[in-house]
Amino acid sequence: MRNPLSKVVTEIEPSGIRKFFDIAAEMEDVISLGVGEPDFDTPWHIREEGIYSLEKGKTFYTSNSGLSELKEEISKYLKRRNNLDYDYKSEVLVTVGGSEAIDLALRAMVDPGDEVLVPQPSYVSYVPCVQLAGGKPVIIELEEKDQFKLTREKLEAAITEKTKILILAFPNNPTGAIMDHEDLAKIVDLIIDNDLYVITDEIYSELTFGKQHATIASFPGMKERTILINGFSKAYAMTGWRLGYTVGPKNIISQMTKIHQFAIMCAPTTSQYAAVEALRNGDDDVEFMRNSYDQRRKYIVNRLRNMGLECFEPEGAFYVFPSIKKFGISSEEFATELIKAERVAVVPGTAFGRSGEGFLRISYAYSIDNLKIALERIERFIKTL
Amino acid sequence: MRKKILTAIDRNSKLTTEELALMLGTTKEEVASLIDEMEKEGIICGYPTLINWDNIENEKVTALIEVKVTPQRGEGFDKVAERIYKFEEVESVYLMSGGYDLTVMIEGKSMKEIAHFVSSKLAPMDRIESTVTHFVLKKYKEHGIPLVDKKKDERMLITP
Repeated sequence: MRNPLSKVVTEIEPSGIRKFFDIAAEMEDVISLGVGEPDFDTPWHIREEGIYSLEKGKTFYTSNSGLSELKEEISKYLKRRNNLDYDYKSEVLVTVGGSEAIDLALRAMVDPGDEVLVPQPSYVSYVPCVQLAGGKPVIIELEEKDQFKLTREKLEAAITEKTKILILAFPNNPTGAIMDHEDLAKIVDLIIDNDLYVITDEIYSELTFGKQHATIASFPGMKERTILINGFSKAYAMTGWRLGYTVGPKNIISQMTKIHQFAIMCAPTTSQYAAVEALRNGDDDVEFMRNSYDQRRKYIVNRLRNMGLECFEPEGAFYVFPSIKKFGISSEEFATELIKAERVAVVPGTAFGRSGEGFLRISYAYSIDNLKIALERIERFIKTL
Repeated sequence: MRKKILTAIDRNSKLTTEELALMLGTTKEEVASLIDEMEKEGIICGYPTLINWDNIENEKVTALIEVKVTPQRGEGFDKVAERIYKFEEVESVYLMSGGYDLTVMIEGKSMKEIAHFVSSKLAPMDRIESTVTHFVLKKYKEHGIPLVDKKKDERMLITP
């Protein structure tokens, strides 16, 4: 019998998170600080709008690129929040979560042999999606001493003649790092001079604390070479609705729409109606959740530091990324021992790339009460090391 | 900072000064002194607990009473309101706009007890023109917190 599987697929490494999930799933009474999604329910007025659309029988496909009224709201939102101008008729595509947009962008832009720069630690799907698109992922290892930002030096060192795309993911999962306007300004000319394209995954854009979110798309000369990805999961606590979007130059978006049309048809209709409501009337919800996350962020960072864990200041998303280097064991060992001894689940930094070694990703998308118990257990655990 | 403290303890008065300090990025001394000030200024008036009495055996009955009042010269409604709110069984008293003047929320052990209070204490009081008593059948939500269906965390343990 012939091998049923493609070579590309079998060569993709399974997610490091999966392995850890299996350990945690077998145990009872686990307190998890391991999730990458909000603990809030989708605000009721948004859910209610989804229900209303079902009651009215809005149960058909939408146009491939998404409901016109949603695309228009997305375009207005990007103007209002980031001062970006995108024509909703030709430069916006509604996708099944930000994840689909990542896949589409890479498949639309990568030819075999093209190099795609992936700064790590970062979200688990960039490297596999590059591989599936036939490209060659080139990892840039970010460091704590740079607050896990992409520096000009690191970018410059990674660029070759074959480099076509740079992936940016700030605010970052898992580090909580952000790149503000000044940080981005330092790399813009490198991108333009080397004729690179940028795929910027800004799914956590609403979750920055103290500093305004900055996007590379807003720099002169960058809009025409940037695919910006965002969505509703994190800002509006809508992970299960599977709804995201991408905006960019017309010629790229139209090719992405072509793939989307053949592979997906259109994003879920109910979710699109709910998302219109989110963008029209959801600003207060976002503000409320951001403030809650910020309180938890301060609480957890201070607690971790007080118990002797070094922890750089995360300015975005809902993760902290403390260093465990001083204990002389690997991230995976630490996380495995922690769950065995104290039943607290965190994710080893290595699940997000080799440069995550020596760190843990701890999510604070949990109530303060939950964090309190989990942190007491972590404190007890590190005393035994 | 005062407002931030109030927002935090509005939903959870069990937070310690130390926890509040960590959450709000300040010192526990500052939190303690601000809370102290706000108690003295009558901004923070107490720390009651939100109890769903329906879930324990000893039952309670809650009623909402609409009260029409003839206001007193020079005193308006305040004097009458005071005479009403001083009764222990009265939970809250609000002055209203619209069809009647005072809303009186009252808790008792039984309907009979409440009926007795209304007929012997409230209705005959000077300046009170009329009362309409509504009994609460079920409480769904109080102080922003739903009392039915305790929510479970249904997220998977670990997700990327």
